[in-house]
Amino acid sequence: MTSCSEMRRLPLHAIAHGRAGDKGNVSNVSLVAYRPEAYKFLATNVTADKVHKLYAHLGASGVTRYDLPLLSAFNFVIDDVLDGGVNASRSIDRHGKTLSYILLGRFIIDMPIDLIPDSSPYLDPDFRWQKY
Amino acid sequence: MTERVFIAGGAGFSGDRFDAAVPLVAHLASCDGARYLIFEVLAERTIALAQISKTVDPDLGYSPYLEAYLRPVLEQIKMHHIKVVSNMGAANPLAAAKHINKLAGELGLPPFRIAVLSGDDLSNYLDEQTLLEAPTMEGNQLSGRDLKAANVYLGGDAVANALAMDVDIVLVGRTTDSALVLGPLLHEFGWANDDWDKLAAGTICGHLLECGAQVTGAYFADPGFKDVPALAEVGFPVAEVYESGNFIITKPEQTGGCVTSATVTEQLLYEMHDPTCYIVPDVCADVSGLYLTEDGIDRILVQGIKGSPRPEQLKATVCVDGGFMAEAELSYAGMNSLARAKLAADIVLERMQKSGFNGEIRRDIIGAFSVLDGGDASASQANNLPFDGDYRVRLSLISADHKTAQTLCDELQHLYCSGPAAGGGYRSSVTPQMASASILLNRTLIEPHIAVEVVDR
Repeated sequence: MTSCSEMRRLPLHAIAHGRAGDKGNVSNVSLVAYRPEAYKFLATNVTADKVHKLYAHLGASGVTRYDLPLLSAFNFVIDDVLDGGVNASRSIDRHGKTLSYILLGRFIIDMPIDLIPDSSPYLDPDFRWQKY
Repeated sequence: MTERVFIAGGAGFSGDRFDAAVPLVAHLASCDGARYLIFEVLAERTIALAQISKTVDPDLGYSPYLEAYLRPVLEQIKMHHIKVVSNMGAANPLAAAKHINKLAGELGLPPFRIAVLSGDDLSNYLDEQTLLEAPTMEGNQLSGRDLKAANVYLGGDAVANALAMDVDIVLVGRTTDSALVLGPLLHEFGWANDDWDKLAAGTICGHLLECGAQVTGAYFADPGFKDVPALAEVGFPVAEVYESGNFIITKPEQTGGCVTSATVTEQLLYEMHDPTCYIVPDVCADVSGLYLTEDGIDRILVQGIKGSPRPEQLKATVCVDGGFMAEAELSYAGMNSLARAKLAADIVLERMQKSGFNGEIRRDIIGAFSVLDGGDASASQANNLPFDGDYRVRLSLISADHKTAQTLCDELQHLYCSGPAAGGGYRSSVTPQMASASILLNRTLIEPHIAVEVVDR
C-alpha cells in the first residue's frame, strides 16, 4: 500500500507521539502511531538497536522494545539512562520527562507521506522543522 | 450487589492543582452508584522527606497541602457521601486524620470517620541491618549508610480492609498508587482475591487515574500536532467501573482537556515496563490484549485486561542520606555568547580541579546542549547554533559534604567580576539529597503488621 506513496525524510514526530516515564534509573518511552497504518512501518524500522544508539550518549546500557499492535503503539524500556534516577541525577530534568523528544525528534527517516495525519504541519510545504 | 463504581482522581502528585477536585465532586454528586475521590500525592522521595519532618515534630509528617486539597471540597464530600481514599497521610496518617477532623470542625461539619492504614513503615518492625543489607533490585548500595526511611508498597487488599470498617475516609502511607483505586473496587464488588483478570483491570484503572490529568489531555499537548482544548481548566479523570472489570475513562462536563484513545494510550504505557507483566502486590497485570473503544465524546471504554497470580515478594523503597546537590547558573547572550559561556564553564572546572575536587561536574549550556544531550556538547544535534544566541551555563554536582557543593556555586559566582565578558543572572542552590533503592521482601514479613486504626466520628 505504501510502496507507491511519495516519500519524505522527516522525524518520527510527523507520524507518532509518545511520553516518557521513569522508574529508578530506567526510562520508558512510548511511541504511538497517529494513524494505525503507520504501525507496520514503525515496527519494521524503529528497532531497539537504533533507539539504543539515540540514547547512548546519556549512558543507556540496553533497550527493550515491547509491541502493542492493538494500540498501534510500542514501549521502549531504556536502561541506565537517567544518571542514577530521580534522586541521584544531576540533570535539570531528573525524571527524564523530556526524553521522549529524543525518539520523536532525532529518529529521522524516509517515510511515506500517507502515514502523516491530514492536519499535520509536516504536510505544509512552508513548514520548516530543521534548525536554523 | 453494587453495579457501578465511580472513582475520580483529584491529584496526580504532591504539587498538583488544588482546585481540581471541585468539578470532580460536582460530577460525582450527580452519579448514581458508589462514589470515591482519590488523591495521589506521594512520590518515592516525598515519604522520606515526610519521615524527616515527623522526627522533628511528631505532629507533622503528612502532606503539607492536606488543607489546600480538602478545604474546597470537604463540605460537598460530606453532603453527598463521597468517600475519600488518599496517601496524604505519608509518614503520619494518624496526624493527618486528626487534621481533617479539625478542619471539618472549622467548617461547621460533623467529624468524619477515618481509617488509618499502617504497616508500610518498615522501621517500626524490621531492624536497620536487615533493611540496609537486603539485596537491591535497583538503585544505590545501602550498607553502612544513614537510614532515613523504609516503606513497603502495600496493595489494594489492605485498602479494602480499611474501607470495610464502615468509614468515610481512608488515609494510607505507602501503597502502590493504583491500590487507592483497586481498594474501593475490591470493597464494592467483593472480587475474590484470586480473580486475577478483575484485579488486573482494577489495577490498570488505578494506573490510569493515579496521575490525575495526565490521562485527560495534560502532559500531552504539542500545539499544532496534538492540540488540547482549555488546558488551563483541564478536567481531572473519572472512571466508571463495572463489576466485570471493564471501565470507562471520562471527565466532568464543562472542563478543559480531552479523553481520547491517544491520551489513554500514552498514560497506559507511562512508567510501565513489560506490558504483559505490570506487577503490583495484588496481581500481575497484562495489557497486551487491552483495547480501547470510543463511547461518546471524552469517553473511552477500556477492555481486554488479563491478570496472573500476585508476586510472593513485595517491593520496598529504602532511603538513605544522599549528600548535597549543587546547581549554579549564569547567562551569556548576544555576539559570541556560546564561546563566552563555554569559557566560563571551563574556568570553573579548572579551578575545581585545582582545589582538589576530582569528582564529576555536569556542565549544561542551556540553549545549546542540555537535557537531551546529557550536558555533552558532542551529542548536540545543533551544529549551527546562533552566534548571537541566548545561553545559560549550568553546573551541577552531588557530593557527600556541603562544603564541596557550596564551593562549586561560589566559583561560578566569582565569574561576575573574574570571568568572561558580560555574564549575568547568577542563581544557585545547594540542596540535601536522599538516595534510594528498591528491595524485595517476602510478604510473610509484612502481612502480620498491616493494621487499621479508626479515628471515630
